Amino acid sequence: MHSQVLIEAKGLTKKFGELLAVDNINFQVFKGECFGLLGPNGAGKTTTMKMVNCVLPLTAGKLTVAGMEVAEQARDIKKMTGVAPQEDNLDPDFTVFHNLIVYARYFDIPKAEAQKRADELLKFVQLEEKRNVLIDQLSSGMKRRLILARALINEPQILILDEPTTGLDPQARHLIWDKIRSLQKQGVTIVLTTHYMEEAAQLCDRTVIMDNGKIIEEGSPGELIKKHVGEEVLEVAYDEEVLNFLRNAFPDARLDVVNDRIQVFSNQPRGVFTQILSKFNFKAAMIRDANLEDVFLKLTGRRLRE
Amino acid sequence: MKTGRVATYFKLPKLSYRVWRVWRRDEDVFMKTYKANFIPPLLEPLFYLLGLGFGLGAFVQPQEGLPYIVFIAPALVASSMMTSSFFECTYGSFVRMYYQKTFDAIIATPLSLEEVIAGELLWGATKSFINSSIVLVVILLLGLAYSPFFLLILPLSFLVGLFFAAIAMCFTAITPNIDSFNYPTILFTTPMFILSGTFFSISALPEAVQVIANLFFPLTHAVALTRALAVGRLSTRLLLNLSWLLVTTPFFFVLSINLMKKRLIK
Repeated sequence: MHSQVLIEAKGLTKKFGELLAVDNINFQVFKGECFGLLGPNGAGKTTTMKMVNCVLPLTAGKLTVAGMEVAEQARDIKKMTGVAPQEDNLDPDFTVFHNLIVYARYFDIPKAEAQKRADELLKFVQLEEKRNVLIDQLSSGMKRRLILARALINEPQILILDEPTTGLDPQARHLIWDKIRSLQKQGVTIVLTTHYMEEAAQLCDRTVIMDNGKIIEEGSPGELIKKHVGEEVLEVAYDEEVLNFLRNAFPDARLDVVNDRIQVFSNQPRGVFTQILSKFNFKAAMIRDANLEDVFLKLTGRRLRE
Repeated sequence: MKTGRVATYFKLPKLSYRVWRVWRRDEDVFMKTYKANFIPPLLEPLFYLLGLGFGLGAFVQPQEGLPYIVFIAPALVASSMMTSSFFECTYGSFVRMYYQKTFDAIIATPLSLEEVIAGELLWGATKSFINSSIVLVVILLLGLAYSPFFLLILPLSFLVGLFFAAIAMCFTAITPNIDSFNYPTILFTTPMFILSGTFFSISALPEAVQVIANLFFPLTHAVALTRALAVGRLSTRLLLNLSWLLVTTPFFFVLSINLMKKRLIK
């Protein structure tokens, strides 16, 4: 289906002093796909993104974007890339519109063209009404949208989105998702980091899961769910007897106890849990679809990250 | 190995026309509020001229053969070159680098960090030009500068500004936080403001301090040059003052860019 490799990392490594932030990873991003880098805080996602964006030098390994080495052709790579960083680095001294104009100048976009694009982009992210407003009068959702618009000012072939919806309300998040999908339809290759598994499941064609600087798994969200947690999850209220009973009933299933609830993951086909629920009456029982978050927690554990 | 490490501090930056994009950004911000920006540099020298020139000056004997107020007026032009560019590339650049993350935003575009810092330095020099020109106009109107050579003060203000911008950027590259800028202000710019032949001839200072002022206080050279041009007293000694600035400015320009790279690119 995909053929052309746009971004390729081989043995990519980044050390900050003694800290090994990215540990010898390999991955490929294909043209036109939405590629997700998932992982808990401190996994090395942002560091990886910054190397792709040519702002952090590599410690070791090889990283190419559109066939160009990041260390050698940073300028050419940055010309074809749009970046929406995690933190708000909009220019507080300027209005919404002028932020886009000043940014366009860094890409050598002529003034008339920049103004045209800025107005189109403000329409695209639904900020036309805020055109002449200063940045500190925007809500965090509006700022995220403006950062997305700014990342698009150079009509990039590659769009790098670092935690694009962190801290947003559901309305704002859905709007951003919508825009990301429409950009992908226009042929933009998207690389995004997130620790929201729903976001990855919604948007990404392929994902890699990182932890402690390493890639620990990769595949499409659907493949990963099927492989690691099966199709369905049974959840019931915690009870010692029920737990023992379920252990006997599903000897090859994985059982977790979380927040006073028992979760049962089975590799068996759909329907096994429905059968047992029709025979026994557990307290607060429910069957739900397995999701990417189950995979994520299984692979990266439940220990809190700094 | 050791020489290699020193060499990294003086690696020549690769710069392009894109430096001006950064300069334009800072200029855009300045022009948005230009009316407010013109008032302080206009008022400050007036207070000094009133208090020190007219007030204290009535009790002070002529310095280097000039009436006291004529003596200090060009020094006020020179110190405004220092303070405006120094402030711009310490507090101003630090806010853009650390609080606003403006540098991060720019280096995600085709610009390099070297170009960002060079643009900041040129803007610092421009601030020196703008602010000192305002002071210059004031002293011209008051008849305190009267030589046609005053026109050369304009390019001089850019050179002096670039020097102090580069020194300031070195401090910005190593400062742990914004409060620490109090130290270079108290230990560097304030003593210079007082001891660089600004308010009295440096020949009044003990010989050892005179040597220090000539070797290590760049403002001494800026003041000597500005004063000479304002009153039309040219001499070959001025070439020494000018050479001092012409040699040290590129040195600190390159050093400050490399120090900032060390701070920001890990």
